[in-house]
Amino acid sequence: MAVSNDASNLKAGELKAGSGAQATAGARFSAVFAGTMGPLIGLVLLCLALSLTTDTFLTIRNILNVLDQVTVLGIMAIGMTLVILIGGIDLSVGSVLALASMVMGFVAHPDYLNLGLPAGIAAALVVAGLCGLVSGLLVTVTKLPPFIATLAMMSVARGLANMITDGSQIVGFPDWFTSLSIIRHFGFLSVTVGLMIVLAVIFAIFLNYRATGRSLYAIGGSAEVARLSGIPVKSLTNWVYAICAVLAGLAGIVLAARLDSVQPSSGLGYELDTIAAVVIGGASLSGGVGSIGGTAIGVLIIGVLRNGLNLLGVSPFIQQVVIGVVIALAVATDTWRRRAQ
Amino acid sequence: MSTDPRHTHSPHNGLVVSGLCKSYGPVQVLADASFEVRPGEVVALLGENGAGKSTVSNIIAGSTKPDAGTITWRGNAYSPANPAAAIDAGIGMIHQELKLLPDLSVAENVYVGRLPMRGGRIDRAAMNARASAQLKRLGLDVSPERKVRTLRIAAQQQVEIAKALTLNAELLIFDEPTAALGGEETELLFQQIRKLKAEGMSFIYISHRLDEIAQIADRVVVMRDGRIVARHERADIPVRTVVEQMVGRSVERMFPTVSAPGNDTLLEVENLSSPERSFQNVSFSVRAGEILGIAGLIGAGRTELVRAIAGADPISSGSVRVAGKPVHLNGPAAAIKAGVVLVPEDRKAQGVVLDQTIGENLAIGNFDHVAPNAWVFPKAVQKFAEAGIRRLGVKGRPNQAVSKLSGGNQQKVIIAKWVSRPPKVFILDEPTRGIDVGARAAIYDVIADLARSGMAVVVVSSDLEEVLGLSHRVLVLSRGRQRGILDRSEASNIAVMELATS
Repeated sequence: MAVSNDASNLKAGELKAGSGAQATAGARFSAVFAGTMGPLIGLVLLCLALSLTTDTFLTIRNILNVLDQVTVLGIMAIGMTLVILIGGIDLSVGSVLALASMVMGFVAHPDYLNLGLPAGIAAALVVAGLCGLVSGLLVTVTKLPPFIATLAMMSVARGLANMITDGSQIVGFPDWFTSLSIIRHFGFLSVTVGLMIVLAVIFAIFLNYRATGRSLYAIGGSAEVARLSGIPVKSLTNWVYAICAVLAGLAGIVLAARLDSVQPSSGLGYELDTIAAVVIGGASLSGGVGSIGGTAIGVLIIGVLRNGLNLLGVSPFIQQVVIGVVIALAVATDTWRRRAQ
Repeated sequence: MSTDPRHTHSPHNGLVVSGLCKSYGPVQVLADASFEVRPGEVVALLGENGAGKSTVSNIIAGSTKPDAGTITWRGNAYSPANPAAAIDAGIGMIHQELKLLPDLSVAENVYVGRLPMRGGRIDRAAMNARASAQLKRLGLDVSPERKVRTLRIAAQQQVEIAKALTLNAELLIFDEPTAALGGEETELLFQQIRKLKAEGMSFIYISHRLDEIAQIADRVVVMRDGRIVARHERADIPVRTVVEQMVGRSVERMFPTVSAPGNDTLLEVENLSSPERSFQNVSFSVRAGEILGIAGLIGAGRTELVRAIAGADPISSGSVRVAGKPVHLNGPAAAIKAGVVLVPEDRKAQGVVLDQTIGENLAIGNFDHVAPNAWVFPKAVQKFAEAGIRRLGVKGRPNQAVSKLSGGNQQKVIIAKWVSRPPKVFILDEPTRGIDVGARAAIYDVIADLARSGMAVVVVSSDLEEVLGLSHRVLVLSRGRQRGILDRSEASNIAVMELATS
C-alpha cells in the first residue's frame, strides 16, 4: 500500500509540477536523481534482462552479494563525485587505498607496531587525508592541472605503500574486524554496506541542501564566477581532494576487512572504475553536473553488470570489453540527449 | 582573373546582393535582403543582435547557404560553397573572435594552410619576408617570427587583416572589429581601412558603436528582424535616427535622469596601486546616491582598478574605506561582506554560470541570506529568485537556464544577485557590452535606480556616451594614472578624450 503510494507520487512529480505533497516528493526525487533518468532506465533494463536470462540474479541472496561487491567502489565513487563536480579528477584513489590499508596493517598488526586496529584505522585515514591535501595544494597553490597532480600522487602513494613492508602483504586481522563485512545484521545489512549507504545519504544531503555543497556546483560551473561571488574556491578545492582521499582510505579499510589482509598492490586500476561509475551516473568531466544519486546508479550498473556476466559464465576478459562498451554508450546517449534539448 | 579590379571603378564590379532569404526551421532570420557594395567603399551594416547581420555576412563569406536570392560579385554570379571558395573569389571575413593559432608565429598564421615550400621543407625565409611585407603595408612593425600569443588583441587583428591581404582579398567583412580596441588602436584600424579603400578594396563593416560609423562608412544599411529597413547614402546621419530604425520604435530617451547625490561618503579610495602597476596612486570618493563614471582607453587600468576595489585582484599599497570603515581587501568575500559588489567585465566567463538556472545563479554568493544555518532549501531559493526577478524585471523563470537568456537579461541576473543584500557600493564594469541598443536603456534605468536607492555606484565603460550620460562625475585614467575627475557640467567627449590620451 505505502509502496504503491510512493511510486505514484514520484510519477506525478516527474510528469508535471503539481502542488502539495505530490510536488514535494517529486521535487525531492528529481533533486537527488537530477539528470539521471537515462542511467536509471539503463539499470532497470539491465536488471530485467538478467532476471529473465538467469534464475539466480533476482534472489535476495544475490542482490545482497552485489551490494557487498560494490562497497569499495561505492565509497570511493562518493569522493570522486565531489572531485568531478568541481571540474577536477583524482587518479590517485587506487594508490591511496593501498597506502591507507598498508598503514593500517603496519600500525595494527602484531608482527609490526601492534598498536591495535582503532589506532591503525585512524592512522590510515590521516595518511589518506594528507595525500589528498597534498593533491589539493598542488592544484590550488602550485596550479598543476588536477590530472597531473593526482597522477604524481598516484605514483608516490603506490611507492610508499610498497616501501612499508618492502612489497609484502600483511595477513590476519581480528575476527570482529573481518566480520564487519560478513555478518548481516537484521538479516541483510553488513556494517560495510551500511557504512556505504549512510555515507551516500549524508553526501547526497550535503550536496543538495548545504550551502557548501551547492557551492561545489558553482565552482564546477565556473570557478571564476564562484570566486567573484565570495566562495572560498581554493580552500574548498583542498577540502574536496582531502575528503576524496579519506574516502579512498576508508574503502581500503573495507577491502582489508573483506580480504582479511592488506597488500601494496591492491586497488590497481580502481581509479578508472571509480571515474567510470561517476561518469556513467551522468556527471560531466568538465564539472558542475553530477549527483550522488547518479553515481549510486553508475556504481550499481557496474556492479550488476559484473555480477550478471559472472552468473552467465562470461569470461572476465569479455566482461572488460562489455564494461568499456557500456561506458561509451552511457556517455554517448547523454551527449545526444543534451544536444537534442 | 582578366583585369585587375582594383583600378576599375565601375559599379558592376562590386558586390550586388539581391533577395537573400534564410530560415532555420520556422524562424526566418533573413527576408529579401538586397544591397550593394561598390569597389572602394565601406558599407556599414547596422542592427541589433539577431537582426540578420551575421547571417548576411556568413552567406557572403561562404559559411552559410541562402534559401533564396542571388549574389553577383564583379559582374559574375557568386555562390560560394564554403569559406575557402569565398576566399578564392577574393572575399574574406575578419571575425569578432579572432581565429588565430596562438602558439604559432605571425608569419605561420598568415600562411597557414599554404606554407611556402622549398625542397620538401618550409621556406621560412620567404614566408617571413612576405609576411613582413604585408605587415609593413598595414604600417605594423611586428617581427613575423613572434608568437601570436604575445601580441595584443589589436596587433592580432592586424595579423588577420594581413592574412586576408596575402589572400588577395578584394572585399573584407569586419564583424565588430573595434569591440576590443581602444581609441588609438581604432584610429589606426581606420587609417588602414582608408588606405586599402583608396587602393580599391571594399568593406562591409558591422559595429555596435554608432559613433564610429560616421567616421569610417560611406553608406549605411540598417537591418531589423531579418529585413533591411533603411539605406542611407551618407554616413553622417543622427545617431538617434539610426537607433530608432534599429529598434523599430521612437526612442524617447536613452539615459534616465539621475537625482542629486546625498551627503554621506560611502566609498573612499586612497592612493591605491596594483602590484603589476596597471594603476598607481588612484584616489577618489563616491557619495551615497552618486554615480561615478570611470573612462579611459583600453589598457588604462580601469578594469584592474575596480577589480582590486572589489577584492578580486591584490593591491600593493593604498587603502579602501566603505562608509568610513577600512576594508581589508584579501578576497571578494571580504569586499562583499563590507558591502562592495562587482558586476564583472566578462559577463559569460565571470558573471554567470551559464549552465545553471537563474535561481542557482542568484543563490551563489547569497547563501548567507538564502540559507538559514547554511541549509539551502529549494523553496527558499525559488522565493529569493522570484523576488530578484521581479525587482529587476528579468524576463525569465527561476528554474530556467541562464544560457537561454539574452545578454541584457543575463546582466540583470548578475545585478539581481547583489541588490538584495543590499550593498553599499555597486561597481559595474562595461555593463552594456554586447547588449542590444534597445535593451541598454533598461540597464541604464536599473543603474540609476541603484543610485536612487542610496548606493554609491561606479560605472566603467568604453562607451563614452554611456559614461557621460549616466555619471555625476567622471574619473579619467590613462596608462594607470588618474588624470582628473570631471564634473557632469564640464565632462564632454573632448574633455574626457584629452585627459584619456594624455
